[in-house]
Amino acid sequence: MGAFYDGIALIYLASATCFVLGLHLMNAPPTANHGNRLSALGMAVAVAATLALIAHDGTISTTGWLMLAVGGVLGSGLGLYLARTVEMTAMPQLVSLFNAVGGGAAALVAIADFVRLAGILHAPIAARISVTSVLDVVIGAVTLSGSVVAAGKLQGFIPSEPIVVPSGRIVNLVLALALCAGTGYILSGANSVVTLIGIAIASLIMGVIMVLPIGGADMPVVISLLNAFTGTAVAMAGFVINSVGLIIAGALVGASGSILTKLMADAMNRSILNIVAGGFGTGDTASVIGAGASGQVRSVGADDVAIQLAYAQKVIIVPGYGLAAAHAQHAVKELADLLEKRGVEVSYAIHPVAGRMPGHMNVLLAEAEVPYQQLKTMEEINPEFPRTDVALVIGANDVTNPAARRPGNAVSGMPILDVDKAKSIIVIKRSMGHGYAGIDNELYNDPKTGMFFADAQAGLRAIIAAVKMLVGVD
Amino acid sequence: MDTSLITDVTIFVLSLLVGFEVISKVPQTLHTPLMSAANSIHGVVIVGAFLIASTAHDAVGYTLAFIAAVFAGMNVVGGYTVTDRMLKMFQRRPLAARSEATEDGGKS
Repeated sequence: MGAFYDGIALIYLASATCFVLGLHLMNAPPTANHGNRLSALGMAVAVAATLALIAHDGTISTTGWLMLAVGGVLGSGLGLYLARTVEMTAMPQLVSLFNAVGGGAAALVAIADFVRLAGILHAPIAARISVTSVLDVVIGAVTLSGSVVAAGKLQGFIPSEPIVVPSGRIVNLVLALALCAGTGYILSGANSVVTLIGIAIASLIMGVIMVLPIGGADMPVVISLLNAFTGTAVAMAGFVINSVGLIIAGALVGASGSILTKLMADAMNRSILNIVAGGFGTGDTASVIGAGASGQVRSVGADDVAIQLAYAQKVIIVPGYGLAAAHAQHAVKELADLLEKRGVEVSYAIHPVAGRMPGHMNVLLAEAEVPYQQLKTMEEINPEFPRTDVALVIGANDVTNPAARRPGNAVSGMPILDVDKAKSIIVIKRSMGHGYAGIDNELYNDPKTGMFFADAQAGLRAIIAAVKMLVGVD
Repeated sequence: MDTSLITDVTIFVLSLLVGFEVISKVPQTLHTPLMSAANSIHGVVIVGAFLIASTAHDAVGYTLAFIAAVFAGMNVVGGYTVTDRMLKMFQRRPLAARSEATEDGGKS
């Protein structure tokens, strides 16, 4: 091996250490940015070591260098542009896109290696390479096409409603059988590039069929799952080219994606299998709503809301995706500042699935300069609702439905924010329309609840104006 | 099974466990930046793109290496940049106007 290769191996170890320590530093907001920079340093070191390695080996041709340089610069430029310009509401799309390209690159590594080996070997490719190559290609290709569809849904290019693929299960079954047959053929020792390409194509189709039937509100789970897939694909690429750095990094991402997938699925009280199988409440969970549930609601105006908020001691704001969709984060922050100036204690109740990816709502509010100390998790905030004067619900629906505590309906068992336990509740909402689960929200019929029918942005502006008028601030 | 495969599998499993341990301590507030950071880390696949380019000697090999380099470059540069952008938002200190002392006033 020689000292040079030992040195390179040690540098890869150092960069893997940077990744782990970088993730460790993300356990608190003040140190998180150092963590990311440490991780970036590890990446730079790994790239530099690899450049040294291929220069030392000298097998790369001038065209090879050219491909790397042009491709790398092109991709980096594109990534830099997207990262600089993306709006925070569009973060889930961007993360999906990065999942797609990461998975795609991992699959290409296996394909390229397989093509090379098939061209030079006369004996069958060793099982440890062929097994991991097939796994890499399958997982990477599913991630590539699945993430592109997910990003398309989030961006609105593809309708976000569940799209039922005609006889999707049968198509999936046929594809799965074809995959098994292809894998068997490759493992039997046939160095067949055509078969591997076939496996890649079948996997791409499977990725599309997997994500198309999944609805918008399930996106946090899907993105997390695809993130875990990407990590696994990269780890498999590490097995193929025998790179410990790729194995470690891929495993870390796989672990992160798995944890987030589990957290998101738990927060919706749904199994991952159930979500991937598609549709919300497509089972026999008929909506059983108590009699008179769609009875009368109390409608309130901006002035009523302003009085309640301005004379409250403790207000909890409950933001949902509707808030982000209306671009009302800055208006919320302005209202909260106004109330805090009057000595009102303001905090935010963030349900784990608020937004379109794990933690999305926190980023949206952080962008509006809401201090992260005010962002409370469901576990932290639920005990505080009983001593809260006003809970202000903006753009959140199913996650506040008290019906979840009872069995027998579409949201049963889902962990919810105990908004109904506050002394008074105000809901800003455009209409009595249903949430994603498609059932009435019993919170709206609560005698303590006042419905302020308005668009989140316009409604908040009206409340801010009314509060200013009322208390004569500035 | 040869020993190098066993070694690789060992590294994979232990890294998974380290990942579970480290990542389960990340607070919910930071889950989006966490996923974005994890995203950047899987950009290390660029190392793989480099290695396949180093052995490519025909049109197919060059094309695959080129696409892999575009994908991985986008992943790694975009991932770190956007994570950095997000985390800066979480570093802002709350401005004045907050009379009560913040619970954890650790200066970074």
